[in-house]
Amino acid sequence: MNAKIELKVSAIKDGTVIDHIPAKDLFKVVAILGLDHIDNAITIGNNLESAKLGKKAIIKISDKFFETEEINKIALVAPEAKLNIIRDYQVVEKKVVETPKEMVIGIAKCMNPKCITNNDKVTTKFTVLHEEELALKCVYCEKITDHDHMVIL
Amino acid sequence: MKNKSLVSIQDYSKEEILRILDLAAEFEKNPHQRLLEGYVIASLFFEPSTRTRLSFESAVNRLGGRIIGFSEAGTSSVSKGESLKDTILTVANYSDLIVMRHPIEGSARYASEVSPVPIVNAGDGANQHPTQTLLDLYSIKSTQGKLEDLNIFLVGDLKYGRTVHSLMMAMTHFNPVFHFVAPEELKMPVEYKSYLDNLGIQYYEHTDFTDYIDNADIVYMTRVQRERFSDPMEYEKVKNVYILKNEMLKNTRENMRVLHPLPRVNEISEDVDNNPKAYYFTQALNGVYTRMAIITSILGIK
Repeated sequence: MNAKIELKVSAIKDGTVIDHIPAKDLFKVVAILGLDHIDNAITIGNNLESAKLGKKAIIKISDKFFETEEINKIALVAPEAKLNIIRDYQVVEKKVVETPKEMVIGIAKCMNPKCITNNDKVTTKFTVLHEEELALKCVYCEKITDHDHMVIL
Repeated sequence: MKNKSLVSIQDYSKEEILRILDLAAEFEKNPHQRLLEGYVIASLFFEPSTRTRLSFESAVNRLGGRIIGFSEAGTSSVSKGESLKDTILTVANYSDLIVMRHPIEGSARYASEVSPVPIVNAGDGANQHPTQTLLDLYSIKSTQGKLEDLNIFLVGDLKYGRTVHSLMMAMTHFNPVFHFVAPEELKMPVEYKSYLDNLGIQYYEHTDFTDYIDNADIVYMTRVQRERFSDPMEYEKVKNVYILKNEMLKNTRENMRVLHPLPRVNEISEDVDNNPKAYYFTQALNGVYTRMAIITSILGIK
């Protein structure tokens, strides 16, 4: 299985490989990590077969190493994601993402159009609800934004 | 509770709720206390709500406090484009506590984060109106002598009605049995029902409004508004179903009382008004005592 993917997405010398991203959420992950605004070489594979996720995506970013807080932001859309830290073609470290335990601040948009965060210059703030899928409860308007309606700022 | 803003009914524990209700009872016995002498209370109504505003202003005036503020956004600097944060920070300089009504949901929580003085939420859009909930609880306790183990009927718009949602959440402290009476389009939302399921609280749902109110302790009526219906035919079908008429009270319990947050349109016939079981105007008076209790408690005077 691994060998197959390697054929589709070429290896990198140094950097980070983010694997097990749900295919439908690939571009959300790209946006959250700001990968559309950096100059590093990036290889993306999408709609790859995955026993666990059905279709998955994989992102390989050369010469980029993320801070833990930075990477945990993607837990909102890709809670199963796994990171491989690559140095000189070898995996030197593996990381899993962790869902923020308490507050999610300034990452997601509240889905309630009447919420103060959508009407004034107020940073969004949510508590994390662990239901079947991850959901966010707005600290301000108290409405719940579920996974399907989650828009990342 | 001192200096703690009241934004949502869930900001108060069961003990804090009961403390406010005890204080309100003290004020009902003795409403003439000059406890707010020298205090300035700001009353910022970014949208008009005459009933709520007058109730707060009456509470403050009876306690000898002074009120500053505005009754609609058009007469304030908001019309010049001032942000909510700037308005709150400015007004906080002039007052000891801010009562705020605002059409945007979550505005009260935000105000409480930026304000150096406590905020009392007098309604933020469809979200929360905790002083209404506390006065409803006070009315239930006054008429029933207790809050525990009551049969509570909530009638009308249970989907959008914030008062019924907050009251329902607050009553979960007191082991109630709920009956939800509403048309299909305005049923109690699933998230509230699953909240009750998790707590193991009993509830029954009805779409007709008939003699099963005979075992009610409290019948809480709300307006069914035309604009809530996507299909005007549906409104026509149900508009006369959820009207309480005097003859429906004939076999109800002696202790049963009819509550309504007011204003009423036609959902309670006027012939109910003279029935001793009609309580909604006294309920409005209870709002003054409850708000006296809330303000003095937050200011640390009581």
